Amino acid sequence: MKFDTPATTNPIDQLKVIGRPTDRVEGPLKTTGTARYAYEHHDVAPNAAYGYVVGSAIAKGRITSINLNEAKAAPGVLAIVTAENAGKLDKGDFNTAKLLGGPGIDHYHQAIAVVVAQTFEQARAAAQLVRVQYQRAGGAFDLNAAKNSAKPPKPGFGGPPNTAVGDFAGAFAAAPVQLDATYTTPDQSHAMMEPHASIAVWEGEKLTVWTSNQMIAWGVGDLAKTLGIPKENVRVVSPYVGGGFGGKLFLRADVLLAALGARAAKRPVKIALQRPLMMNNTTHRPATIQRIRFGATKEGKITAIAHESWSGDLPDGSPETAVSQTRLLYAGANRMTAMHLAVLDLPEGNAMRAPGEAPGMMALEIAVDEMAGKLGLDPIEFRILNDTQVDPEKPERPFSQRRLTECFRTGAGRFGWSRRNPMPAKTREGRWLIGTGVAAAFRNNLVMKSAARVRLDNRGVVTVETDMTDIGTGTYTIIAQTAAEMMGVPLDKVIVKLGDSRFPVSCGSGGQWGGNSSSAGVYAACMKLREAVAKKLSYDPAAATFADGQVIAGGRSTSLAQAAGESGLVAEDAMEYGDLDKKFQQSTFGAHFVEVAVDAATAEVRIRRMLAVCAAGRILNPKAARSQVIGAMTMGAGAALMEELAIDQRHGFFVNHDLAGYEVPVHADIPHQEVIFLDETDPMSSPLKAKGVGELGICGVGAAVANAIYHATGVRVRDYPITLDKLLDQLPEVS
Amino acid sequence: MPRPDSSDLTRREFLVIGSTAVAATMVSPLVKGQNPAAPDAPSFLTKVSFNVNGKPCALELDTRTTLLDALREHLHLTGSKKGCDHGQCGACTVIVGGRRINSCLTLAVMQQGNHITTIEGLGTPEKLHPMQAAFVKCDGYQCGYCTPGQICSAVAMLDEIKAGIPSHVTADLTARPQLTNPELRERMSGNICRCGAYSNIADAITETAGRIV
Amino acid sequence: MRAFTYERARSPAEAAAAAARHPGAKFIAGGTNLLDLMKLEIETPAHLIDVNGLALDKIEATADGGLRIGALVRNTDLAADERVRRDYAVLSRALVAGASGQLRNMATTAGNLLQRTRCPYFYDTNQPCNKRTPGSGCGAIGGFSRQHAVVGVSEACIATHPSDMAVALRILDATVETIRPDGSTRTIAIAEFHRLPGDQPHLDTVLMPGELITAVTLPKPLGGAHFYHKVRDRASYAFALVSVAAIVQRDGTGRVALGGVAHKPWRVEAAEAELPRGAKAVAARLLEGAKPTHENAFKLKLVERTLGALLAEAKGVQP
Repeated sequence: MKFDTPATTNPIDQLKVIGRPTDRVEGPLKTTGTARYAYEHHDVAPNAAYGYVVGSAIAKGRITSINLNEAKAAPGVLAIVTAENAGKLDKGDFNTAKLLGGPGIDHYHQAIAVVVAQTFEQARAAAQLVRVQYQRAGGAFDLNAAKNSAKPPKPGFGGPPNTAVGDFAGAFAAAPVQLDATYTTPDQSHAMMEPHASIAVWEGEKLTVWTSNQMIAWGVGDLAKTLGIPKENVRVVSPYVGGGFGGKLFLRADVLLAALGARAAKRPVKIALQRPLMMNNTTHRPATIQRIRFGATKEGKITAIAHESWSGDLPDGSPETAVSQTRLLYAGANRMTAMHLAVLDLPEGNAMRAPGEAPGMMALEIAVDEMAGKLGLDPIEFRILNDTQVDPEKPERPFSQRRLTECFRTGAGRFGWSRRNPMPAKTREGRWLIGTGVAAAFRNNLVMKSAARVRLDNRGVVTVETDMTDIGTGTYTIIAQTAAEMMGVPLDKVIVKLGDSRFPVSCGSGGQWGGNSSSAGVYAACMKLREAVAKKLSYDPAAATFADGQVIAGGRSTSLAQAAGESGLVAEDAMEYGDLDKKFQQSTFGAHFVEVAVDAATAEVRIRRMLAVCAAGRILNPKAARSQVIGAMTMGAGAALMEELAIDQRHGFFVNHDLAGYEVPVHADIPHQEVIFLDETDPMSSPLKAKGVGELGICGVGAAVANAIYHATGVRVRDYPITLDKLLDQLPEVS
Repeated sequence: MPRPDSSDLTRREFLVIGSTAVAATMVSPLVKGQNPAAPDAPSFLTKVSFNVNGKPCALELDTRTTLLDALREHLHLTGSKKGCDHGQCGACTVIVGGRRINSCLTLAVMQQGNHITTIEGLGTPEKLHPMQAAFVKCDGYQCGYCTPGQICSAVAMLDEIKAGIPSHVTADLTARPQLTNPELRERMSGNICRCGAYSNIADAITETAGRIV
Repeated sequence: MRAFTYERARSPAEAAAAAARHPGAKFIAGGTNLLDLMKLEIETPAHLIDVNGLALDKIEATADGGLRIGALVRNTDLAADERVRRDYAVLSRALVAGASGQLRNMATTAGNLLQRTRCPYFYDTNQPCNKRTPGSGCGAIGGFSRQHAVVGVSEACIATHPSDMAVALRILDATVETIRPDGSTRTIAIAEFHRLPGDQPHLDTVLMPGELITAVTLPKPLGGAHFYHKVRDRASYAFALVSVAAIVQRDGTGRVALGGVAHKPWRVEAAEAELPRGAKAVAARLLEGAKPTHENAFKLKLVERTLGALLAEAKGVQP
């Protein structure tokens, strides 16, 4: 099915099941510990041996020798795989660095060996006996130092490297009010709770891996390519994913090494990346340096905007596309954006929740707050004054929906914004300096081809099969809701099977496209199934209605169970997209409001209130969508206040590479969070008229925290995370 | 830009032991059978018995086996999760003798005679514990990986408040602590949820406490 | 984790004898730090002596009005003990500021004192660390050192001691009771218990190999107002950037000790004489001779400001 004209009324609009705050269908499994994650499939590989990964001790250079004698002789050891004995390996299309290093080393903790043994304890002990000698080479590990060598990246997901409209330089120079400020965001880690883990089983030439992956088809393709075997011989299964946030978009070392280990040991092998290895072994969100310039009239109309971003990655890597939102968010006739990519020898940078916009909005929305301050305008009014209903770089392209102003107005009312003292550092409660901050939320809505298969059986049960994944997003539930709505059955008559490459290829979970695009794929398959049902009953498909387990047309009614008959009915289809996303700019919008308390003595920041108002198309399940947003707000709070992969600049690695060193928010950091969804449908996005929300929630929230800290203290910090040491020197003396 | 320490093969931590010739001779992966003859193997096995979710279990384990790995890999009770294996995340939380602990940081052999409750012992999909039901209702989870640990922790945490155990945010150390939102959040802080379901988890616990107390 | 043999001891004497039989053995109680380090082969004992059965889990009143805390009293139970909450509130406060509920249920009084540093270079066995591998160098000096010590440091080591409890014990003038492998016992003042790194940073404490802590004794209560202010980046479940333990009397005299700034709980008795002159004077004396790195120099100001707020609170005024 092709979606190339705006959606009109369709079965989804009945909203009998869609749009309701349904509990997650897999909830009873997750809350009882009976949902099986990658490492836990004892049934499929009861005799699995255990792999333990050895990571490189240097960031760049060469292995001069690996001595396996002691490790081989250790109790229980079955096999040791290194680059020397693994056979020829290719590199996956989505991988920048090789997953099995040696003799060349590309980054710290790059896997260089896997030790397979009878038990986990034996594998772990033997891994320590692998003796490696290295020749260390110098590398570039400091983005700031490499800044001047940065080059424009190749066009990619984030669009072209540079854009320009009008005469930015002239307009900026002539503007009576100007801002020219530089912001930095650090390297960040996904730090999902479930480590990357896999069980690999070979049956002859056929390989099956039970793993934890967001994009099944990408995983199949890159595993086949890396091993040099046909895609048809690879099956990837990933029914539950213990968090991903972009860190499990791609084939990673656990999968490859489990496959290689299993081949070498001639039995199934399971591997979970050790937590202390993960942050350097896998991908991370790259650090950025961002220069933002604004020029405006005295009344606050923006006349010039420039946003430049520098980031680094391994050779042939990609940039953090931090300027993306600035191309679209505010009006202004003269504008330019530019991305610069430096070569760094740190671990591979790649997508993490809202790549581009998350760090981009952290910078842009502080700059907007600063500019409002210079203009003496309320930061909400300044934003509204510069709102646009068209793509500012291509004014002939309208936004499909853009209710940013309404998000701000709704949020301001709810949050009590009008009671705020506009002057910073004026509100105090005992030892606490109190501040409130606001920021826009903005994230583009992407649509991706997605397929599904739908079966109807003689009990009237609808079974959906798609290789889509549920990484905590609620996919099981919204797909069940979609199928129930489409086929006119209650939720308990729908079975959803996900995360298996034997199922039709979906859009996968990424870029906040998963919810809308995967359910659109299910919509397409259900439309086909409806046709098949109608056809079988000789009903007019256009006139048939599906409700209460019945199909009704022309005064006749038949139960779905009966229609399916003994053999059942099956339909498969994909949703593909025309050029509506070219003609219309599809984005999601929101407003973040945050109240912080800053300890007047220690400068510790504690968040007291968080509110997000979102306009993101139809909300398919308000309960699951709200969870996506609060989760993103939590990650954004971490980004604002504590998250930073600290680099050892001498040796090129992330030093704080575990969950004690890399602090993410805990319960005590996060207050009650409130989310409001504007009632909206977007007929340009899909037949469901939905858009993404899972990444919208993180975009801007860090800046709202930063702006609240400024409001509390009068101290403007432009370097994330805003830890107390950056505030301490500028706070008033303790009496 | 400067490129420091271009070649320092001399760093002692990398210069470990002996021969460099071995690797070159490795053309195919080493495959060995089981290693029953390893002379030291038997002395590292220890028998242990304890009670899990009301059922007695007797195991003979490598002394190095953590309680978490005994549960997950030997008893196939995979509800308790391994998030970090170093006591930094709380996903492995189980209840031993009424107290919540990190099962990754205790050895199975140290649990001789103990009564252990895991998430599987609290309820089943068909018969949920009130805390499990509240997590479902309040959407107190997303990916689900930290969830069993959160639930075990929450159940035991309510008992700790009842027992009058103070926390970092208890204002008056000599008064009985109450289940306030700050108390709950402080006490649950040993359970990290990267999906960020905290606000909903707090709702689920508050609701459960209201019904249980 | 290297393979090890395991035994359960039933009395302190039996544990001591086991230690004598197995040089290099480790005692295990809570296990929260030892197993963490064994998994990374930072600790590699060939034999473990499980001391959980030693019945050292009581808190008893002493003849001189103090408390004798068994080595195996769990952190949770110590923090919750009515007498501790009433008379040694700084200890209760310090305990509940540390770790998580789960870890406090496991961790013991003795084990908490014996925690090793959380320096990330100590934890990463690819990196040089004089504490882990004497003579290999210090990765933290010149590296990522935001968390590290600012006073009492050496050329060999800038690690901190991570315990909160030990800081409280330091201002309470606790003493540590031990039994040695030969069966002899001794008492060590808490001030002497932890070492500065000097050129032997691999030695955290003055304990001899195989020496077992049996109890920690508190002298009679000091009265006064008790404080433990722990400053950290996230609100809970994190090690201190700095912490300040204080007992302040009505007349403004008192005691102060710091955590997160040194290789041991940091107390300078002479600094306490400056209390009437305020936080600046006390902090200046406490941190005399400090040698911070550029990444942790903020700790000096942070100590002063945290102490300032604490003293203001003690006086009942807004800082």
